[in-house]
Amino acid sequence: MNFNKLVLASISFVTGMLMLVFPLQAKVEGDKIILGSAISLTGKYATNGLHAQRGYDFAVERINSMGGVKVGGKTYMLSIKYYDDESTPARGAQLAERLIKQDGVEFMLGPYSSGLTKAIAPVTEKYGVPMVEAEGASRSLFTQGYRYLFAVLSTSEQYLSPSIDHAASMAKKNGKNPSSVKVAMAFENDPFSLDVREGVVDTAKKYGMKIVIDDKLPADLSDMSSTLTKVKAMRPDILLVSGHSKGAATAARQIGEMRINVPLISITHCEAAKVHEKFPKAAQGFLCPTQWSPNVPYSDSYFGDSKKYDREFKAAYPSYSAIPYQTAQASAAVLVWKLAFEAANSFDKDRLRDAISATQTETFYGKIKFSEAGNNIAKPMLMRQISGKKYADVVSANDLAWPRKVSY
Amino acid sequence: MLDNLKLLFIWAPVMNVQLILDGIFIGAVFALTAYGLALVWGVMNIKNLAQGDFVIMGGYISFALFNAGFHPLLTLPLAMILMFGFGWLVYVIIIRRVIDKDMFTSLLATFGLSLLMQQVINLIFGPEVQTVDPDFKIYSAFDDFVTIPSIKILSLVLAALLALGVVLFMKKSRLGQSIRATAQDPRAARVMGINTDRVYAITFALNAAICGAAGVLVAMIWVIQPFYGIVYSIRSFAIVTASGLGNLPAVIGAGFGLGLAEQYTGIVFGAEYQVASAVVLLLLVLMWRQIKLRQKREVVR
Repeated sequence: MNFNKLVLASISFVTGMLMLVFPLQAKVEGDKIILGSAISLTGKYATNGLHAQRGYDFAVERINSMGGVKVGGKTYMLSIKYYDDESTPARGAQLAERLIKQDGVEFMLGPYSSGLTKAIAPVTEKYGVPMVEAEGASRSLFTQGYRYLFAVLSTSEQYLSPSIDHAASMAKKNGKNPSSVKVAMAFENDPFSLDVREGVVDTAKKYGMKIVIDDKLPADLSDMSSTLTKVKAMRPDILLVSGHSKGAATAARQIGEMRINVPLISITHCEAAKVHEKFPKAAQGFLCPTQWSPNVPYSDSYFGDSKKYDREFKAAYPSYSAIPYQTAQASAAVLVWKLAFEAANSFDKDRLRDAISATQTETFYGKIKFSEAGNNIAKPMLMRQISGKKYADVVSANDLAWPRKVSY
Repeated sequence: MLDNLKLLFIWAPVMNVQLILDGIFIGAVFALTAYGLALVWGVMNIKNLAQGDFVIMGGYISFALFNAGFHPLLTLPLAMILMFGFGWLVYVIIIRRVIDKDMFTSLLATFGLSLLMQQVINLIFGPEVQTVDPDFKIYSAFDDFVTIPSIKILSLVLAALLALGVVLFMKKSRLGQSIRATAQDPRAARVMGINTDRVYAITFALNAAICGAAGVLVAMIWVIQPFYGIVYSIRSFAIVTASGLGNLPAVIGAGFGLGLAEQYTGIVFGAEYQVASAVVLLLLVLMWRQIKLRQKREVVR
């Protein structure tokens, strides 16, 4: 063997050993705990991906500035390794694999959207790496028997079913039978919206309501006028629409244009689509579900109460006039990790998994307690109604403006 | 489905008025993009997969100008001019290099262009759904049952004027004649002293401008999003394939037909089949043609 070959062989041997050793140390480097996340910074979810990332970063900064995380008597600082998943599930799964196998990350934060979470969960599950996610609400994530997946947010079937409850109590109040309520629905043909639909169908069935329109909108929907024409003819008492922000924007625009007069219209993603600003006339009285609002009466010792979070986040990121709930729940997910590290007092994946599973706490975002399946069962969905350019909380049907006041 | 038919023809026949009107308004926009596609296809034999993205880009130009304080109608000519320039640029950078290559090269090139445009628009404007809300008057009839936003009427008129302008340009102007000559036989045109490279550039740029105009109308009557281009590409391919190249009346007819078909499919079968109806119609037309051809086919000895 000549000298050059020997050098080459030893170099490759050393790098090989480094690659073997390196990942084992990467999850905790010195006094740093490395969390990993593939998040959508470009592509169709870029806006919400960024909201989530800022929520993560804000929480990391806050926890670090308040003394970090104490494990085994030593203080650690949190930091997050991000990759851009380009809003595509395949890329997300690939990057999760890379975070875990190459970068040695053993503590994961979720991506944005149910679709991406669905792509990544099998990977984290395969390696037994716990993932606390904040942006995947699809019910179907929690029926797969995943052991390492935990979500701080309410699941999707709860998004619009409160609207049905409100419509039922409104009917009772007006001396009618809830079963006389006619329901019209238009849902995008994607996992999230179809889950929302499931919840609505179940609730409507409970009251014996009649579903008069049940349309599924294509993913690239830019026109729902045929559905709305049908709405005009059928005169339902409540119209439900779900299709992320694009569905909300399309619906608001065409509801205004076609002068739809339904006593109650309930739509998901109102805030994200900014329908109250872009279509102030048509959006009057829209009933919108939200995971969190600055008015919820919860608090914790890191962020204070929800109002304080709202104030301080705006101070840190002055470009926000209203904090999207996607941001708040991302911060809550980081907080869950911190509490789990301290409860487990270890960096062992399985002990951490059990610690997360046993979490029972109140945060500014709401109460957190995970079910066996990993979803948060302690936090209800909130409903808010657009009134003027503001959102008014709707706790019971008494808070509801019915029929919605609108002047086209 | 039966319920929907009953609704349409027995309980609320007035719905038909709305559907037919909407179908016509929308069909006009479809016809515009399809005509642009037919032009490029016929003259240059380029099947432009980025057609829909040109439409969306036109919409975003209108959106940006509208936000900068321009009157929505003024954004139409501006978007056309900008898109003309953009089309020319695309021709010089990409299309010129693939025009003599086989079909797959040009398909791949325009597909790549389509992806690039989507992502760049997404980077600049973000993935949110946008719309240009000109806040024009909305006419209504039958006790608000039928509503017609004046912007839709206007878009129909504008589309008609544009189509007329393009036809006159192709028939009467020297340039239009050289475009048609090049379409018929590029080699002969070159022998006759026509600068075919220039003709190709103008044709492609003209198509981009037409798409830009359609995009402005789309932004004003519907909504735009960086990734919505594909449905417009599919629709224009369906229309052009069904009506043939260089047959403007057929393109317009097919455009209106598709607009109506989409509206009715949306009502009768549900919104999820609305866009699918374009493809189904295309399939039916192609099958019908095959049957017709079979009947005529003879063995020539």
